[in-house]
Amino acid sequence: MPPAMGAALVRDAWLVAGKDLRIEMRSRVGLNQIAPFAVTVLVLFAFALDTNQEALRTYAPGLFWVTVLLASLLAIGRSFAVDLADGAADRLLLSGIDPIAVFGGKALAIAVQLVVLEVLLGAGVVLLFDVTVYRYGLLVCAGLAAAAGVATAGTLYGALVAGLGVRETLLPVLLLPVVAPVLVGATRAFQDAFGVAGAEGWAWLGLLAGFAAIYGVFGALSYGALLEEA
Amino acid sequence: MESAVRLRAAVTLLGRFPALAGVDLDIVPGEVVLLKGPNGAGKTTLLRLCAGLCPLASGQGWVLGHDLGEERRMVRRRVALLGHRTGLYDDLTVAENVGFWARAAGASHQDVDEALERLSLAGRLADTRAGRLSAGQRRRASIASLVVRRPELWLLDEPHAGLDQQSRDTVDALVRGAAAAGATVVLATHELERIRVLEPRVVSVVSGMAHVDSDVVGSQGDAARHGGRLGP
Repeated sequence: MPPAMGAALVRDAWLVAGKDLRIEMRSRVGLNQIAPFAVTVLVLFAFALDTNQEALRTYAPGLFWVTVLLASLLAIGRSFAVDLADGAADRLLLSGIDPIAVFGGKALAIAVQLVVLEVLLGAGVVLLFDVTVYRYGLLVCAGLAAAAGVATAGTLYGALVAGLGVRETLLPVLLLPVVAPVLVGATRAFQDAFGVAGAEGWAWLGLLAGFAAIYGVFGALSYGALLEEA
Repeated sequence: MESAVRLRAAVTLLGRFPALAGVDLDIVPGEVVLLKGPNGAGKTTLLRLCAGLCPLASGQGWVLGHDLGEERRMVRRRVALLGHRTGLYDDLTVAENVGFWARAAGASHQDVDEALERLSLAGRLADTRAGRLSAGQRRRASIASLVVRRPELWLLDEPHAGLDQQSRDTVDALVRGAAAAGATVVLATHELERIRVLEPRVVSVVSGMAHVDSDVVGSQGDAARHGGRLGP
């Protein structure tokens, strides 16, 4: 790829990501709806298991990531809903922005939102589930890699269902099985970081990074065809 | 001279329904063409086909020299389509909306300011979120985001819809200016009297077929009577 083309892709991806993040900050849907939903799920888990504090600590990593995945469905759906609301999806096609840049920009914006959500939920887990973090480096790396994996796969599947009337209900059915490796890998890495199990956290981090890389490349290459069908 | 639009037996399907059922059409660069026809005749689909947004199910087509079968992305970069929807993001201001599409097209801040000025959107309206605009203001903002791209082919679907008299005059001036600058304009509208001043060539679209009328806007003739039918 020529350097000028690469620079244009990065510039356009940044443009799309900036647009999506600005919309989310202005609309406050993330703050007023997605974050409260995620915190509510976490609290419900705490209510369901609070008679057994040890179980809460043990299962905290898994409960955390199930919550993140459920909330990510809302963020991904919203990312495509704003483009479909008044025909902006057509304008994006007509804009001349390379589909690779659109994919990268949308995935980046979703990933940023997920990282913010993870920080919020992480604080919630520490407070509600009484867990202690022993490996901050692993925690941060796993959180970033998992966010990237969910965002890239989510952007891909979000575009796949964007043109369908049943997209809100179809997206979870398609996406959740696909991101199951992220759930497993991130949970194992967090178990290690929280010191609740003897998992090889850094090895699981490799799985998360590999998943994000595969879906990043696959998504970038196939996004143009998906936009045509949406 | 290479056609701006050249369609040969073009068929476009909406689901299984042939919205365009074998259209033959030639439009030369710099021409202003009016698509005339009843609702559901296929005017919007024809505009979307020319924009590279609808695939050709069969037949052949070229827009600005690009094959509609293989090079739709190249077509899209050079055209502007004003459809029924505005393409605006409600949570962005007018200036941010226009600025986003401008930066995507490589236009400058100055281009944005000029477009906002031309559509009477400068000042307070520029900093207003699109979601808080009236329908007419949204329409003007949508047009501004097209103007800023300086397209070579304008595809306008009911461009006067929802606009007040002053804004309609502005749109007419924009179309005249675009045509004078050498751009090609294809528009669909029911407001034939208003468009008469542009002296467009008239193409009737009926049941997914295009026919060239021999008279300019305002004539009572149609393709069948004048024998100007180009479609198969």
